[in-house]
Amino acid sequence: MSTATTHDAHHEEHPGGLLRWVFTTNHKDIGTLYLLFSLLMFMVGGAMAMIIRAELFQPGLQFVEPQFFNSMTTMHALIMIFGAVMPGFVGLANWLVPMMIGAPDMALPRMNNWSFWILPFAFAMLLSTLFMEGGAPASGWTMYPPLVLQTGDAFPFLIFSVHLMGISSIMGAINIVVTIVNMRAPGMNLMKMPLFVWTWLITAYLLIAVMPVLAGSVTMLLTDRFFETSFFNAAGGGDPVMFQHIFWFFGHPEVYIMILPAFGIVSQIIPTFARKPLFGYSSMVYATASIAFLSFIVWAHHMFTVGMPLTGELFFMYATMLIAVPTGVKVFNWVSTMWKGSMTFETPMLFAIGFVVLFTIGGFSGLMLAITPVDFQYHDTYFVVAHFHYVLVTGAVFSIMAAAYYWMPKWTGNMYDERLGKLHFWLSTIFVNVLFFPQHFLGLAGMPRRIPDYAVQFTEFNQISSIGGFAFGLTQLLFVYIVYKTIKGGEKATDQVWEGAHGLEWTLSSPPPYHSFTTAPEVK
Amino acid sequence: MLVAKAKQTLVAVLGGAMSMHAATVSAEYGLNLPRGVTPISRDAYDMHMLVFWVCVAIAVVVFGAMFISIVRHRKSKGVKPAQFHESTAVEIVWTIVPFLILVGMAIPATKALVAMEDTSNSDLSIKVTGYQWKWGYDYIDDGISFVSSLSTPKEQIYDQQSKGENYLLEVDNPLVVPVNKKVRLLVTANDVIHSWWVPELGMKKDAIPGFINEMWIKVEEEGTYRGQCAELCGKDHGFMPIVVVAKNDEDYGKWLMAQKTASDAEAAAAERDWSMQELMERGEKTYTTYCAACHQGNGEGVPGAFPALKGGKITTGPSSEHLNLVINGKAGTAMAAFGGQLSDVDLAAVVTYERNAWGNNTGDMVQPSEVKAAR
Repeated sequence: MSTATTHDAHHEEHPGGLLRWVFTTNHKDIGTLYLLFSLLMFMVGGAMAMIIRAELFQPGLQFVEPQFFNSMTTMHALIMIFGAVMPGFVGLANWLVPMMIGAPDMALPRMNNWSFWILPFAFAMLLSTLFMEGGAPASGWTMYPPLVLQTGDAFPFLIFSVHLMGISSIMGAINIVVTIVNMRAPGMNLMKMPLFVWTWLITAYLLIAVMPVLAGSVTMLLTDRFFETSFFNAAGGGDPVMFQHIFWFFGHPEVYIMILPAFGIVSQIIPTFARKPLFGYSSMVYATASIAFLSFIVWAHHMFTVGMPLTGELFFMYATMLIAVPTGVKVFNWVSTMWKGSMTFETPMLFAIGFVVLFTIGGFSGLMLAITPVDFQYHDTYFVVAHFHYVLVTGAVFSIMAAAYYWMPKWTGNMYDERLGKLHFWLSTIFVNVLFFPQHFLGLAGMPRRIPDYAVQFTEFNQISSIGGFAFGLTQLLFVYIVYKTIKGGEKATDQVWEGAHGLEWTLSSPPPYHSFTTAPEVK
Repeated sequence: MLVAKAKQTLVAVLGGAMSMHAATVSAEYGLNLPRGVTPISRDAYDMHMLVFWVCVAIAVVVFGAMFISIVRHRKSKGVKPAQFHESTAVEIVWTIVPFLILVGMAIPATKALVAMEDTSNSDLSIKVTGYQWKWGYDYIDDGISFVSSLSTPKEQIYDQQSKGENYLLEVDNPLVVPVNKKVRLLVTANDVIHSWWVPELGMKKDAIPGFINEMWIKVEEEGTYRGQCAELCGKDHGFMPIVVVAKNDEDYGKWLMAQKTASDAEAAAAERDWSMQELMERGEKTYTTYCAACHQGNGEGVPGAFPALKGGKITTGPSSEHLNLVINGKAGTAMAAFGGQLSDVDLAAVVTYERNAWGNNTGDMVQPSEVKAAR
């Protein structure tokens, strides 16, 4: 994407070559760095998923030992959550928030540089644990004690890399909040902001609220291991379950951190290709805020089996079920936006529609999981694995891909290859379902998650799932190629790019100038 | 072959999805939650099906509307877009209606949950203890305890033998319960968190070190029911199954007697001195069941994770320290305290075995009486 900015580089003072990227304080450069980093981590985490699916292709142990298998599930999750999905959304925010609100750049550009450049170090450290004595962390990304305390030399590296990821996220979130609150163009009042900006504003507050909680919980693990505290050690008067409460107080809002920006993206794309304004703008904003609020009072639904008092179980069941209401409102609004529109189905729209359908399926299984008496059966089975991959892969990841196709012409000035884009969508959508749909059946039939080997009656569905997994993984190489090709060249994009596109970012040239809006636009 | 299987499965998927009465198909392919054999499991199943069909109904409406829209409201059909973009009345309706549906689901869910959590008036209590990677069962009222671990041979796991019918779901000593009795399970763990789960009994409960959780089962049909540990507990998490055998009162009584006789014999055996050969034979068996998962069958361990016993500092050092380590474990590592899991004979035998196998050849013998004294 370097070509995007060279034409006005002569009157800017910034270094060229590699150092440009190291020292950059520009929101577009940093956005690009985040997005490319996210893509790289998506491939690394994906490679680990391929190892997992290869081992699970048939019963028995063929490729890896159980301990390494556990390392793979743990690292796959950490990398996909903190390395692929979150940086992907932060990259989109970096690129889009200033352009959408009519600002020249982010409010805190130097901190922006730092929050990105921490990440490669955090993940280099995390990945280095693969080569340490005792192997990479293998206790699941949830890091439950006492098991996590059995990690070998990797343990302090795991904790420190989680701290770094947290610091990066908090700084990124502060930057987004400050930018949105202070740098909106005249006339852009809160209820005129594009929904992507709204959802990110709320997401940023969630991040600021819960990332320190994660940092606190892993610090307590660290002191339990090295400084003889007993926060989570029952023999010393502590409570292993307390870690789970603290972790999921972070963990559940974290789930919405990974989906609220996706709601924003889809709410930008569907109106464009339906050529019709978003239905129920204000109810979308309120629904997002409600989901954010509810996310703080449902954490214990991740741990119904730990032996909570009946009243606790009832409270968390009711609160969790309530989330279906604002989420339902969102889905109904998207469908109503499409209703009586004049739709076309370019790749971003295809991914957005795929998102609405498949995310909703993930929402249904989420509602089923909320029902405590049956959650006792679903908990920690492949039913849960299927559920969260529907909301994370066909939810979060599909939305990031939709966003990439939707805004890439704006970012690069080049149209992507529509034929290849559609091919990418159809292959992804078919195979992601081949991959994850059978996992519902596996879970219901009794297959626990996080096992390297399984009873013979689970063979068929695992094989189908693995085949879908390999094909879905290969399909993503096509995505890498499409991105590469678009950066290199292609049909020139117009400023508006899409016939039905509205919003400040489409008033800029494609690619946009180095400093987005040097004079603030007037918003009517 | 695979294609044929895929086809079969696809048919099963469609069959299962289309018909509520496809119970036989479901059972064959393991598509759905089992209805199970306890009051709890049936409550859970009924709730599951209720919520499932509610979701299907909502999906038909929402996806149906979307599908119609996608077919009809296309630019290529020359449709001019409408410009409506809000309706407070509609928004209120689709907030209230889902809320009412949720209330409708919450009522039976609450009833089911209250029944599940009521462990009072039980006929029998069994303590269930999770270990890395096996289960211990203590029949509190009858003074019987035993450990239950995977009986599938390693050769099957590593594809050197063909896999048996109950591959990975078979144990040496199953949990035996009487039918139609309310059995209270007191679930705890000794090292890390595990979770005790048999799908057909309808519930799982985490086994947490330092805490005791309660659950109850009332098995209404004689038979054998299989499950697995459901909380990641380290390397062999996938290899600690649970097998429950439900017997009628008469058979249960016979089983109970046999267990008592066996435990008396074990107590008597601990009183006498054992020969080297006896200790080595017993020791090898115990080692394979309890130690080989980490320290490996050849005693070489796993570098960086589990120390080698072959030529190890402990196994060739003073025997009292060796015995002490096996009884009390080592804090902060995966080395468990086996004092609570193994009998005096087993401990004596396994320490003797470790000191003389794989060329360790210390010639040391540890007698059950020494173990008793060391405890």
